[in-house]
This record gives sequence, C-alpha cells and structure tokens, in this order.
Amino acid sequence: MEADAYTALPNRRPATAVAHDWVTTVDHKQIGILYIVASCFFLTLGGLEALLMRLQLWMPDLEIVSPQTFNQLFTMHGTTMIFFVVMPVEAGMANYLVPLMIGARDMAFPRLNAFGFWMFLFGGFLLYFSYFGAMGLYGAGSAPDIGWYAYAPLTSPAFSRGNSTDYWLLGTMISGVGSVSFAVNMIATIITMRAPGMRLSMMPLFAWMILVTSGLIVFAFPPFTAAEIMMLFDRHLGAHFFDTQAGGDGLLWQHLFWFFGHPEVYILALPAFGIVSEVIPVFSRKVIFGYASMVAATVSIGFIAMGVWAHHMFTVGMSSTIDLFFSAATFLIAVPTGIKMFNWTATLYGGRIRLTVPMLFSLGFLSLFLIGGLTGIMLAIVPMDWQLSDSYFLIGHFHFVAFGGIFFAVMSAYYYWYPKAIGRKMNRKLGLWHFWLQFIGFNLTFIPMHFSGILGMPRRVYTYKAGVGLEFWNQVTTVGAIITGISLLFFIVNLWYSYFYGEEAGDDPWNAWTLEWATTSPPPAYNFEELPVVKSRRPLWDLKHPDDPDWKHE
Amino acid sequence: MKDRPVAQDGIQSQRSHGRIEPDDARRTCAAGLLMTAKLPSRIVIRSLRRVLLTAMALLGTANVLLAESTSIFDTASYNSEKISEIFLLVLAITGLIFVLVFSAIAVFVVRFRARRSETEDEPEPPQIYGSWPIEIAWTIAPLLIIFVLFLVVVRSVNEQRPTQAPGDAVQVRVIGNQWWWSFEYPELGFITANELHVPLDDTEDPSSVFMQLESADVAHSFWVPRLAGKTDLIPNRINTMWFTPNETGVYYGQCAEYCGTQHSKMLLRVIVETPSEFAAWVENEKKPAVNDPAVADGRALFLEHSCASCHTIRGTNARGTFGPDLTHLMSRQTIGAGAAENNHDNLITWITNPHVFKTGCYMPEMKLTAENVKTVVSYLETLR
Repeated sequence: MEADAYTALPNRRPATAVAHDWVTTVDHKQIGILYIVASCFFLTLGGLEALLMRLQLWMPDLEIVSPQTFNQLFTMHGTTMIFFVVMPVEAGMANYLVPLMIGARDMAFPRLNAFGFWMFLFGGFLLYFSYFGAMGLYGAGSAPDIGWYAYAPLTSPAFSRGNSTDYWLLGTMISGVGSVSFAVNMIATIITMRAPGMRLSMMPLFAWMILVTSGLIVFAFPPFTAAEIMMLFDRHLGAHFFDTQAGGDGLLWQHLFWFFGHPEVYILALPAFGIVSEVIPVFSRKVIFGYASMVAATVSIGFIAMGVWAHHMFTVGMSSTIDLFFSAATFLIAVPTGIKMFNWTATLYGGRIRLTVPMLFSLGFLSLFLIGGLTGIMLAIVPMDWQLSDSYFLIGHFHFVAFGGIFFAVMSAYYYWYPKAIGRKMNRKLGLWHFWLQFIGFNLTFIPMHFSGILGMPRRVYTYKAGVGLEFWNQVTTVGAIITGISLLFFIVNLWYSYFYGEEAGDDPWNAWTLEWATTSPPPAYNFEELPVVKSRRPLWDLKHPDDPDWKHE
Repeated sequence: MKDRPVAQDGIQSQRSHGRIEPDDARRTCAAGLLMTAKLPSRIVIRSLRRVLLTAMALLGTANVLLAESTSIFDTASYNSEKISEIFLLVLAITGLIFVLVFSAIAVFVVRFRARRSETEDEPEPPQIYGSWPIEIAWTIAPLLIIFVLFLVVVRSVNEQRPTQAPGDAVQVRVIGNQWWWSFEYPELGFITANELHVPLDDTEDPSSVFMQLESADVAHSFWVPRLAGKTDLIPNRINTMWFTPNETGVYYGQCAEYCGTQHSKMLLRVIVETPSEFAAWVENEKKPAVNDPAVADGRALFLEHSCASCHTIRGTNARGTFGPDLTHLMSRQTIGAGAAENNHDNLITWITNPHVFKTGCYMPEMKLTAENVKTVVSYLETLR
C-alpha cells in the first residue's frame, strides 16, 4: 500500500523540472503552498531563537548568550514571527483558499501574486543574511538588536553602528511590498471574481475576513514603508526626522510605527477569526450563528483598529485627554470582538460536535483567545498599563492572542484543509499528541509570564533579579517552551507522514459546505470542472439538503 | 532584608491619609461626575489583596512578601495602591466574564458532543441562523461594561495626573543614560546617581516626590513597581511623574524601555527614609568631596587620568558628566547602576575591567597598573 502510494504520485519528473515549475508558478494554489512552506522554515528559526532566550532566562545571571546576542535574539524572534511566520502562513492560506471559496479560477493578478511571494521571501532572506554578512563595526554576525519595533533614536546612526539596522529596515520593507501586492490582489479578486450568484453577503466568513485584512494592509503598510524610508534617510543621507541628537523627534517614529503596528495585530488576527468561523460550524454541524453580525463586527474591527495605535504609548507622557481617547477606542474594540466570541460559542449550542483535531485547535483558540482578550482590556486601563506595559504581563497577553489565539487557529487550518491540498487526511493520533502537548506547553509557557510581569519583570531583559520569586515562574516558562517545541516536532512529523501514508481524503472528507470542497482534492490547475449553483452562504448544504436549503432562511 | 532601614513606629497610622483629594480631580472632569459608584471600601480591598498575595505565595512566590519584593501588589505608595485597587476590580469583572464564557464553551462541548455510535448519516441538528434580540443584547452588555470601566479610568487618570506639584514636594530631575540614572535635586543643589533618596510622607510634612524625567541619549523608562507605574524618558522632551511613598524601605526598579546592550542592568533603588534620616543624608550630600591628604596620590591619579573627563567630583577639577557623579560615591550601596555591591574588591574589579559586571557598558578598562588601581580606589573610598 505504502509503496503504491509513493509510486502513484502524479508527475514524477526530474527534480530540476519540478523546481522550475515551483519557482515560475503563477498558480494561486502553488503560491499558497510556497508561502506556507517558507513560513515553516522561518517558524523553525523563530522558534529556535525563542528557545535560546528561554534557556538564557532559566536562572538569574546565566551567561548562555551575551547581552548583545540576547538583544539580537528577541529582535529577530519578534520580527520573524510577525512578518515571516504568521503573515505568510495566513497569506498562503488565503492565497490557496479564497479563490476556491469564491469559485474563481485564479487570483485577479496571478503574476503580481508570484511577485508578492518572492518579495516576502527575499525580504526574509535579507533579514537573516544580517547574521552572516553585515558589514560595519561588529563584523560578521551582527543581526539587528533594536527590538521588532525599532524605536528611535536607538536606531539612529549614533546608537546603532554598522548595518544591522539597515538589514532590518530593508528586510521588512521589501516583505511589506509583498504584503501590499497580496492585499491589492485579494481585494481585486474578491470584489470582481466571485462565482455567479455569490453576493458579498454570501461569501464564506473566511473570505470576508481576508477582505477586511487586505483593506487594513493597504492602509497600514504604506505609512510604515514611508517611515522606514525616512529612517534610512536619517541613517544614510543625514536627515533628522528621528535623530534626536540633531533635534529630531523620537515620538514621531513611535506614532508612525504603531499607526502600522496596531492594525498589524488585526492583520494577523482577522484571518485566524476567519479560520475558526469556518471550522467551528462544520464540526458542530451547525450554520454559523449570526452571520450578519459577524460581518459587521469584522468590518468595525477593521475601522476601529486604525484608531487605537497610541494605546501602545500610555507611558510616553501624552496628555490625559489623548490617553483617555485611545483608552476608550481600545475598549470599543472589545465590543465587536465580544460579538465574535459569543457567536462562535452560540454556534456550538445545540450542535452535534465532532472533536476532530481541527475542532480541538479551534476550541483551543476560543478559550485561549478569550484570556488574551480579557488581559487586553486590563492593558487598556491607562493606570494599569503604567504598571503592566513593557512588563512580562504584556508579553503573556500578546502571546495569548498571537500564539494561543492566532497560531492555534492556524494549526486548526492546517488540519482542516490539508486533505484538500494534499488529498490525504493528517494522522489523528499524531494530531492529538500535537494538540495536547501544544496546549499544555503553551499554558505552561505563557500563564507564568503574567505572574513574572506582576512581580516586576520588564521585557527584553537577558537576566532578572534573584530572590523575588522570578526564578520559579521563569523556569516553568522555559519548561513550557520546550514542551511547545516538542509538540511542533509532532506536527512536522505528521505533515511528512500524512503526505505519504495518510488516509485518502476524497473530495469532501469533513462533509463541509463551502465551495472549495466542491472540487477534487487536490484541486486541478483550473480549480473547478463545474460549479454548483450558488444561491446561499452554504452552496454544498443546499446540494446535500434539497428539502431544506439555506436560501429559504436568509 | 539587610538593605531595609528599620521602619519607624506608627507607619500604619500614616499610610491612609489623603494627599491630593480625589474629589478635586474628579470635579475637573464632567465624565467623572457621572461616576457615582464608589470602589469597595479600603478594608475590603486590603483583605482582597491579602488573599491574592497569599494565593500567589502558595503558587510558589513566597518571596513576594520579602522586603526585596518588586511585586506591583506589594504596594508602598499612594499611587501603586490606587493602581492595585483598580487591578482587583478589573480582575473581578474580567474573571467573571471568563468564567461565564468559558463554562458556556465547556458545557456546550460536553453536552452537545456527538456520540461515537452516531454516523455521518444521522440527521443534521436543527440549524439556528441567529437571533437579533440575543445579538443586540450581547452587543449592548459589553458596551455597558466598558462604559463603566471607562469612567473608572477617567477618575483614576485624573487622580494620578495632577497638573501641579504640591508646594513642598521634593523635586528631582531624573536623567536616563545608557545605562545608568542621574538624579539631580535642583532645589538642594546636588546630583547623585542610581539611588534615589526620598523622605517618607507624613501628616506634618506632606512631601510627595515630583520628578522631571529627561533622557541624555535614547528612550528609557522609569519603573519602580512598588511605588508607581512607569513613565518614559524621551530625548528632547520633559515628562513628569510623582509618587507619595507611605512606607520606609528600599524599593527596586529598573529601566523598562529597551535602550540597548545593557538595558537589563540599568537598575535603580529608591530609598524611602524618615524625614530626619533624609535631612541627614541631604546635609552630607550637599558638602563638596572630602579632600583627605592621606590619599592625595589616588586623587592625583584620578584627576590625571581620563576618569576626570567622564566623572564629576565636586570640589575638584573633575567635571565630566558622561558618567555618574562620584562626589559621595561611598554613600551608595551599588556600583554600575546596581550591577555589583559597592565594596573594596568590586571597586577594584570595576575599574580594572567593568565588563566583568556589565558586558558592553561604556566605562572603559582604565589600563592602570594593579598598584595604581588600588591607589585610586583608596581615594574613592574616602568619598563618603
């Protein structure tokens, strides 16, 4: 059986020809997979950086890495995870799925699509090339050490010698160009290429959330790119935008950065919301509760997200009025996010819940993102923020959102759509090991961070004060990080194993309702031989239940 | 424990008197006037805090109750007390929301879990497309909660951010440097480093500490968790913050905004003393440096070498400002901004090779012979 499966692989051609196909491809599905594979590569790097940091923090005053190296590690970890792991893996999933979900043959601009991917990849390579090639004072191995947010004036020529900061600026800027290409392409595709009969109000929620995400990218990235160009002017052409030694303004960078940086959080989160909005209904055997309010919540998150950036800056000494404005705006975002939480929960009610691996990851998302959201409310309370911001409490909070929320959702997506892309289901047993180890490891890693923060541990420190109770919590965190690392090994083994030996999936293994399941697994290059008639939000439900179709209820 | 001066009698009675009346601040804001719901009484808060502290101690942080604690719940000032009160209130509200939503999820998953015997051919469960009354209800409920929370924030921000310092506040000008703190007392006329002495506030002499925060290079942030939240020090900008300590002791803090290689070891101590202890300390700090003829050699070496271009010793030609003022070096507990204890051996190591304690700091290796280092240290040790 196994040997058969191997020899039966289609298109057994010379490796060079296969590589040529992948490098020159303009097919949205192949580009999607390229994004996902590349993000796995960067995940390995970012994960190893995190583990090294956790080892260094096992005990106070350890010297596993030097302070300089530690600073490079957290800079690279943050930058990698945000720009080169979560964004691309979600972009890859959107690339793969959105055209299928809306019944299109490809993206609106297939070559722009390929361009976006390669820009992202080369941006990442350029960033990591700094480890090998940065010229300047420190010689080889000078990765950037400025934090993922690159606050001025630490990045000005006076305080950041050599070229490491330039690698950071150029690497993120170039991958940002890729992101904007992706977003423009997505908007064009979703607006113009939907299947006949599919109104915007009938789109799968995942497509809706990608649409809003793309809107956010289009608004948030250009100012960021502009700010980065200004910083390059500072560094190489003697401009003084952020160069405080010459009268520049360090706060200007903070505003420009967070004007991008906060929407970025939702750029990462909305696709994850989209994923669970697809997974939870299918495994509850229920229609999503409150589709319209879900869409309204998504759109309003998109709008509010653009107006809350300065809540990252409650400690910089803005006036009370400004602080209160941004505090109120931040509170406001709890309302649409709450609506989503309640709708997902209500979808479970009265269902016939199948605890498959993707469903477990989505339920993990629900419970962990709930905690992340509630600690977010704490941080929106200005005086509490004075104590908690830039402490490990904050690190705990945003990892609950970014790892517990977003990454669990991404994992859910892997297990849910793997059969569509590969034609085989992922192994359930390995998947269960992966889920439980990751869930336990995650909680051991990030719950204690809240306590270390309350005990006064600031972020971005390579060591901490002995004898105030921080050792215990840091050691639990480190153990948790190692368990999380091991859980991801199960995931990688599962990806590999299931590719060759997984159970054959068939076209619609989960008995789902959206259009991507209406074609073969994996889909042919042209996606659909024949599209079902789209008259409602769940075209395959209508096919399967001709007696009680959805469009009667909408 | 050893760092902590013996607390004077009657501290408990001094803790609770008000300084800046919350009511004054509240009157300045119309939204604040809407705030009729009072926080639970202090006694309830105190016992709640005790429960929380005990819980955390049980969770493995027994040290939280030690004098060296840096926990934000182990409050020692009016300001941090106010913040931990809000913390407990918000913890109660968010905790309740968490319990409600999480149990809903858990109950639904358990209750509606498909039985193994069920096959794919089973009929689908009833489809519920939504319910406007319910959806509107859970839009409005969070709105109400955040509205209440926002009023709490408005009141608290107005309490914590008075525009004027009390007339008799101790004024301190804090300057953040890579990677140490300069503390200037403009009214008293001297500068010290890394260890901030402030008097305890008491009824007879209410004297909040009012700080003006500046930076000499990159952005830093002043954070002493037990005394107050953090405020950034940003170049070309003057920030202000204040706190009113209500317990004597040594409070640890550190830079909370990433500021380069040794951000981790930009530590500081705030020493809260009784007014008389503080007055004695001030008297001593005001004096110029001791000029002991017995260590004239060391003094000469210090002034001849580049030490003098970075450090100031009042009463000598050393007027450098790149490094900390050393006029009363021996009155401090640590060297290298908390990197090491201030004693004979550590001073010798520090001058020979500061990177032993603080890799990457800007203090250079002084390239002195071992003999000369000892001579310089013998001079420094007279700077009391």
